[in-house]
Amino acid sequence: MSSGTPAPPFAITLDVGSSRANLTGSWRTERPQYVRLTAPCGAGCPAAEDVQQWLYHAEEGGYEAAWRKIMERNPFPAVSGRICYHPCETACNRAQLDEAVGINSIERFLGDQALAAGWQIERPARDGGRRVLVIGAGPSGLSAAYHLALLGHHVTVRDMAPAAGGMMRYGIPKYRLPREILDAEIARIAALGAEFQLGAHVSDVVAERAAGSYDAVFLAVGATLPQRTYIPAGSAAKIVDAIALLRDAEDGSAGPPLLGRRVAVYGGGNTAMDAARTAKRLGAEESIIVYRRDRSHMPAHESELMEALAEGIQVKWLTTITAADAGELTVERMELDEHGRPQPTGEFEKLGADAVVLATGQVSDLSLLEGVAGIETEDNVVKVDGNMMTGHAGIFAGGDMVPAERTATVAIGHGRRAAHGIDRWLRGEPADEGWGLADSASATGVGPAPMTAQVPFERLNTWYYSDAPKTVRAELDAVRRSSTFDEVVLGLDESNALFEARRCMSCGNCLACDNCYGVCPDNAVVKLDPPGAYAYAFDLDYCKGCGVCAAECPCGAIEMVPEPI
Amino acid sequence: MSATRLKYFQTGSFAAGNRLVEPDQRAVQSDPQRANAITCGHRACQGCGEALGARYALDAALRATDGDLIATNATGCLEVFSTPYPESSWQVPWIHSLFGNAAAVATGVAAALKAKGNTHTRVVGQGGDGGTVDIGFACLSGMFERGDDVLYICYDNEAYMNTGVQRSAATPPAAYTTTTQAVGDQPGAAWGQGKDAALIALAHEIPYVATATIADLRDLERKVHTAMEIRGARYIHVLVTCPLGWGAASADSIKLARLAMETGIFPVWEGEHGDVVSVTKIRHRTPVEEYLKLQTRFRHLFAPVRRDDVIARIQARADRNIARFGLLEALDEDQLDEAVEVDV
Amino acid sequence: MLEQIEGSQAVARAVAACRPEVICAYPISPQTHIVEALSRQVKSGALAPCEFVNVESEYAAMSVAIGASATGARAYTATASQGLLYMTEALYNASGLGLPIVMTVANRAIGAPINIWNDHSDSMSQRDSGWIQLYVESNQEAVDVHLQAFRLAEAVSLPVMVCMDGFILTHAVERVELPEQEQVDQFLPTFVPRQQLDPEHPLTIGAMVGPEAFTEVRYLAHYKQMQALDLIPEVAGLFEQRFGRSSGGLVRRYRSDDAETIIVALGSVLGTIEDVVDELRATGERIGAVAIRTFRPWPAAEVRSALAGAGRVIVLEKALSVGIGGIVSQNVQGALAGLPASVHTAIAGLGGRPITKASLRQLFAAARAGRLGELTFVDLNHQLVDAEIQRMLSDRRSGPHAENMLRDVGVVGAGPV
Repeated sequence: MSSGTPAPPFAITLDVGSSRANLTGSWRTERPQYVRLTAPCGAGCPAAEDVQQWLYHAEEGGYEAAWRKIMERNPFPAVSGRICYHPCETACNRAQLDEAVGINSIERFLGDQALAAGWQIERPARDGGRRVLVIGAGPSGLSAAYHLALLGHHVTVRDMAPAAGGMMRYGIPKYRLPREILDAEIARIAALGAEFQLGAHVSDVVAERAAGSYDAVFLAVGATLPQRTYIPAGSAAKIVDAIALLRDAEDGSAGPPLLGRRVAVYGGGNTAMDAARTAKRLGAEESIIVYRRDRSHMPAHESELMEALAEGIQVKWLTTITAADAGELTVERMELDEHGRPQPTGEFEKLGADAVVLATGQVSDLSLLEGVAGIETEDNVVKVDGNMMTGHAGIFAGGDMVPAERTATVAIGHGRRAAHGIDRWLRGEPADEGWGLADSASATGVGPAPMTAQVPFERLNTWYYSDAPKTVRAELDAVRRSSTFDEVVLGLDESNALFEARRCMSCGNCLACDNCYGVCPDNAVVKLDPPGAYAYAFDLDYCKGCGVCAAECPCGAIEMVPEPI
Repeated sequence: MSATRLKYFQTGSFAAGNRLVEPDQRAVQSDPQRANAITCGHRACQGCGEALGARYALDAALRATDGDLIATNATGCLEVFSTPYPESSWQVPWIHSLFGNAAAVATGVAAALKAKGNTHTRVVGQGGDGGTVDIGFACLSGMFERGDDVLYICYDNEAYMNTGVQRSAATPPAAYTTTTQAVGDQPGAAWGQGKDAALIALAHEIPYVATATIADLRDLERKVHTAMEIRGARYIHVLVTCPLGWGAASADSIKLARLAMETGIFPVWEGEHGDVVSVTKIRHRTPVEEYLKLQTRFRHLFAPVRRDDVIARIQARADRNIARFGLLEALDEDQLDEAVEVDV
Repeated sequence: MLEQIEGSQAVARAVAACRPEVICAYPISPQTHIVEALSRQVKSGALAPCEFVNVESEYAAMSVAIGASATGARAYTATASQGLLYMTEALYNASGLGLPIVMTVANRAIGAPINIWNDHSDSMSQRDSGWIQLYVESNQEAVDVHLQAFRLAEAVSLPVMVCMDGFILTHAVERVELPEQEQVDQFLPTFVPRQQLDPEHPLTIGAMVGPEAFTEVRYLAHYKQMQALDLIPEVAGLFEQRFGRSSGGLVRRYRSDDAETIIVALGSVLGTIEDVVDELRATGERIGAVAIRTFRPWPAAEVRSALAGAGRVIVLEKALSVGIGGIVSQNVQGALAGLPASVHTAIAGLGGRPITKASLRQLFAAARAGRLGELTFVDLNHQLVDAEIQRMLSDRRSGPHAENMLRDVGVVGAGPV
């Protein structure tokens, strides 16, 4: 019959939360760990952009941070956002769920934002910088110049054309790449201190290097000479080269090229598409592509073909031109053999055409390398090592003149790789033969664990991502676009760029979704505030190693490893 | 230029949280300040779905009541793994009495609160499927019909796991348990038995009945929140995985619950006053085999002789759920409603 | 206030005066009148604040009481017979959790055969449930002991069963002094729970306890009941001070101080026994009676002291432990260990059979003559059982005894066997 606060009964009644004394971590045979893995987009990027990382910033609306992340690798976001064939999207895991993330369109949005806002890259100090000559102001040369400048070197860029840009200016029509965009991104490189010498021809590299006291040379002369294709032609036949056509259409100094009412473009690559579409814009009523194989064997990108077809370009598949005369071509129908190679059938027909545009490929003009010791060429391209150095010490090469796929983005990647190779060489460090794309991603030091393995789709837990098809970029009315050189594909506005960025599944990289924290049956995931290397940590005192966190991580950023014994 | 109206979808909305959404739109489980009604050190098996389900549900209830909650608990795994002397994992006032009386004890708590004029403290009763649909069913039904102010949550792992995996009225047909062994012509639990406790609860015409799984955290939390906004008898039936009893990998706990939902084996719905008012649509319809083959309790359907007849029967059951509850219809419409519209 | 009132109604009034906050009820005869009356009081607002819960079973009744008590509410219920057995599991739980629930047991037989009439089989079966068991002899005592029960339960944090004979007391109308509310309020302090479900101070109630501490928990349960042995007389004394009546306590002696023969019994039968004692005393026989008022905890010392001088003790029991005989008598024998008194068990009043003065006189006479064996079934129809035993011996498949015997006495028509 006492009063006051009575004591609760022994053993039957317990203090709350007292089980924390029971460290269940001892049950564990496997433990989870956070990892950073290479997302397929980044692994697929020829310019080695860390796509997942810049998308991460873009998802939060951190556009400038996202842009700066791109600029660590690629000085041409606005250009690439228009002309890149985006292998990142081909690699994107989301393609297996619904549609790939529209990485390219987001990149363009970011590039355009940067131009609109005037974001600049700070000019680095040049103490101890060396002198480097870059020959060729195309994507590869400009990329090299940009990165060399960032590395503190004195860069001179020389090109025989009156304006910088190379094939970005003289090969890609302005309806795909407006020139003010290109000019603005090149101007940013100039602003970093790269010196441009335009309309200047280099005929002897070794002599030029010695005369200018350059410590190193980066060759990026591209592939500007047309591949010779023999077509028996009458004297009145009008045959022009696609590259020349595109250059003249851009240059304008010789007046618009005169092609006639009906134009046949011979070839099946992207240049053929550009030439056919340019011919239409120059006044041709009929623009027809003649290609010796079929659609599935065509090297042009599907998107290019689709745009061309939408503009009324016709394609004559499985056809070769056997003779050209005034206003008329003789063509032969082809068949594919079991290897996919076209074989003549002996069936001929006539095709009306006022001009033939040859778009059957280009080769590099390597005359400036004649007699240079140590340089090896094969199939008219220059062999380079892992640092992009040729067999001649201090002479590096990249872009279309080295063995690789010939795209602007590949060239941009070469430029950066060469810049770092030159820098390393100048500092007397050995070439890094293993400098692959995945390794290059880890060079940013974004996380404690090296990014090694790529993330297969199966590793993701895609249930957590709501279904969200890719934003369709609005396209100019086909009628209108075929008559002008206005840009065909329009960009995303902020809301849909943000949306598109948020479709990213963040493959192999924690997206801070709190799922691991939520799904742990043992409350053994701790949210870090502020985040450390990761946003979370495992409380190994209590983690029983069930693996639910790893299984339920939407992006595959947790893996189970055997418990150390 | 003509504008196309496109629908856009926010992403990541099924994860616990997302740095891209406002904190109040994130799951309770993403909150660093969440109550952790069951804290660390409990003795549940690795990957225990019940530990997860109970924490999800009670943390949501605690959020909804501002921490003003009393819980009762039936005998069973949840009770045993959380309160072996001298350690308790609970951080809420909690009482375990018997196997079959969690609902009645909850009624008593609610009655006491009412008598004391306490209108703010809320009551949650909890039990496993055995404690709920079998031995505790009379108390549960009594609590329902009287309209006692209790939310009762059943954590259904489809057998008596605590005692060593014996069959309950919630054990699905063909499932192996230690009392429905995989022998004879119709191995596993018999067909034509078992009861759907949630539908029976609905038949009491109580204000709120819902089913949920540990795979859809936000859905479960929303339902608990809804339930806590209502007075009277309420019931939530949560499918929780038992890696031990189901013979599944501990890491697959949530995956299995998700498959139960996505196959139609476990329909997820909400009802009010006797009527089903909404269903959670299947997002990626999956054949039942994907669910069955991950569990050794169904192993006898695949080896030594593959029982396509039984698998087809289970599929038919799932299909019936899909048809009966409309788990697929109007999927797109619903999703479109949630989508943000943006002009292009 | 003196009133001519039915026992159940009087108990309901007493219980209501104790201001229970939660009452849960399930109908079973003969306790129904108590909860019916309480339901009216709650519904009418006369008893407030109080929640009256119509539960679906006795198991639920005790469970609701457990929940309510654990939440700090004064909880009450009543039951009998099968109902008590149906809540058995919860009875052990309530005591194990140390919840001061008060319950009236309107004592009734348990089946089969089903029987609604009075004996002590029900509460006796729960003697090990950990509840305090108080047996009352009259409706006045029933009223008084309910008041004491709440005070006692809450003081030791144990549940208390007040056992009163079904029908004999619950349905008997007699003059009862009913306590004034004010008096009760003074006597019964506000309930301060030893533990409580409270979000402000969360606790885990009902842990699982393994071999490492289970013995200690059980020891402490025993210790608490032993504590109650001191407390029960204390509360009874206090009650007497406040109300001027002697009720409750551990044992009550009736003319037993110099008695050679002492009858030990529980409940309302003491009235009949005392009448016979008086008659026999008038003839010069040294006979007395001792009422066991508290059966659990077992007041061994008080029983020993009360019976120390007796040469012969007859324990009159209204329950049978099949296979051994008496229940109370085993306890008495234990209390008398080492003393010379012979202890006889007399099973009487099962299933409502009246215990008449004539039967008692006969029983005591047999004792006096030294003809009383260790175990006696008072008023047993020997002819009937002997016939059935014969039938059993001759045919092992002779069918249910009860039906056979009823056929023998002509209650059931003789059908084809």
